[in-house]
Amino acid sequence: MSIKGKSPTELGFSIALGLFCIAIFLLIAYPLYFIIIASISDSVLVSTGKVLLFPKGVSFFGYTEIFKDERIWTGYRNTIFYTIAGTLVNLLVTLPAAYVLSRKDFKAGKFIMFAFIFTMFFNGGLIPTYLLMKDLHLINTVWVFIIPFCVNVFYLIIARTFFESSLPKELYEAAAMDGCSHFTYFMKVALPLSKAMISVIGLYYLVGHWNDFFTGLIYIRSNELQPLQIVLRDILLSNQVFSGGAGTGGSAGGYAQRYADQIKYGVIIISTLPILLVYPFIQKYFDKGVMIGSVKG
Amino acid sequence: MKQAMVKKSFVRDYQLWLMVLPAIIAIFVFNYIPMYGIQLAFRDYDFSKGLTGGEFQGLHYFKQFIDSYQFSSLMTNTFFISLATIVLGFPAPIILALMLNQIRVKRMKQFMQTTVYLPHFISIIVLVGMLNVLLSSETGIVGHFMKAIGLGHINLLASTNTFIPVYVLSDIWQHCGWNSIIYLAALSTVDPQLYDSAKMDGASRMQMVRYIDLPALKPTIIILFILSMGNILSTGFEKIFLMQNSLNLPVSEVIATYVYKIGIVSSQFSYASAIGLFNTIINFIFLISMNAISRKMSDTSLY
Repeated sequence: MSIKGKSPTELGFSIALGLFCIAIFLLIAYPLYFIIIASISDSVLVSTGKVLLFPKGVSFFGYTEIFKDERIWTGYRNTIFYTIAGTLVNLLVTLPAAYVLSRKDFKAGKFIMFAFIFTMFFNGGLIPTYLLMKDLHLINTVWVFIIPFCVNVFYLIIARTFFESSLPKELYEAAAMDGCSHFTYFMKVALPLSKAMISVIGLYYLVGHWNDFFTGLIYIRSNELQPLQIVLRDILLSNQVFSGGAGTGGSAGGYAQRYADQIKYGVIIISTLPILLVYPFIQKYFDKGVMIGSVKG
Repeated sequence: MKQAMVKKSFVRDYQLWLMVLPAIIAIFVFNYIPMYGIQLAFRDYDFSKGLTGGEFQGLHYFKQFIDSYQFSSLMTNTFFISLATIVLGFPAPIILALMLNQIRVKRMKQFMQTTVYLPHFISIIVLVGMLNVLLSSETGIVGHFMKAIGLGHINLLASTNTFIPVYVLSDIWQHCGWNSIIYLAALSTVDPQLYDSAKMDGASRMQMVRYIDLPALKPTIIILFILSMGNILSTGFEKIFLMQNSLNLPVSEVIATYVYKIGIVSSQFSYASAIGLFNTIINFIFLISMNAISRKMSDTSLY
């Protein structure tokens, strides 16, 4: 940016904008950065406020404890399974439906769309839903993470709008002339042209499954099936930091409390890392008009 | 005649029907059947007779809720938390989007966007866990900072005065950037010629924001505002539930957490259904009336 040729008010605007950006950047990035350095610093230095900008007294105690903890491994394994299977089911159900509902020649589409959108504003509520899951024998099974609510109406609208605006009508007509059925057209033409939208919606669903703790809290009783987020709750919020239950009291108590926070910082990193690794690959699609669909929707 | 047409549609478009069928079944089973189950709010729950077999009780459970001593505190807590979230949280992404839109260096803009979207992907558990470790008055970095500037020992997480500010501000921290996407998308549709001609007329950048960008956002702002008013009585269950402790409970018990405790924890299904339905209906009324007001005043509405 050149300073020459700018009036004082314009210059003031640029400076204010720059300062605002820096402030926002620090406000968001610093807490995340602090968690990272706190997770590898000496826990006494962290808890007395000595660690501010750089890690001090580097120690990986927190991480070694985390890797020894069976609960985290079980939770991790479960969550990976629920996330992959759940996202696949989401996409398998949402994308074909969005394609159908984007077709103007499908006359029932309007009514179906209305019935879908209605559920965004009105629902049965927690208890009737819970009792339904009970009647369907989904409680305390892996299916409750994968099958129910496999269509998110908001994402369906985004996908539908994308199909509507990015697939020219002539394309289907030409394909249909050559004897192309809806199935083939959807698989061979519509999907390959919609990679940006599929990535974004896939990411939404994926993050939703990864971060979901409500399902585990309400519908799952056995520890074997609990997702990572429930394990995190025990560690981060209920203070059950050590698998042996050494988090409280006794001679181990002082020792335990001293390291508890370091383990907490480490757990935050370990559980969030996979999502943050996927995110940059998808982020480039956010600006590519996918979100515009949601404005119109 | 009509039947014949429907039949014809099934035959001609059977592939389309097959593709949309899984979604229809899923929505029907998991969204519409529970709506049928709402009648539980007007009946006793009879384990042997299933969801709809219990004796009809009319509005008994609604009366029980309105007469209960928690009623007024649940309503005020829910209402205040939502109101604070809307008043502070609603304008934040608009301001952020207007600002991000002003960044001229494309790389810088991209970088800022990546940064502000990031917290959205953190799970609620992790966010509350972060609040716990960072805000702790003994060992947290914010606790040290408050001591340094002379605010002393205030446990931000276990005080009735600080619960709502911590809840709302952390919410803005996490979602403000993400919520700005929709406004940025709307801003990207503004015709660049408008800026050029404004510049020719000698408009400053601030004036362009005020007279071009802001009006361009108006329809989006109204729609999102109607939607958020429709959620006035549905605070997110998860974050509040996780932030609750015995010390802040007087201000942090809201309808959603109460329904969970009454229904899932202590199995009073009918009573909890009635409370849940009461909540849903009030939200629905808010949504409809806000939409009607907006249609009258600005010609923008959901439908």
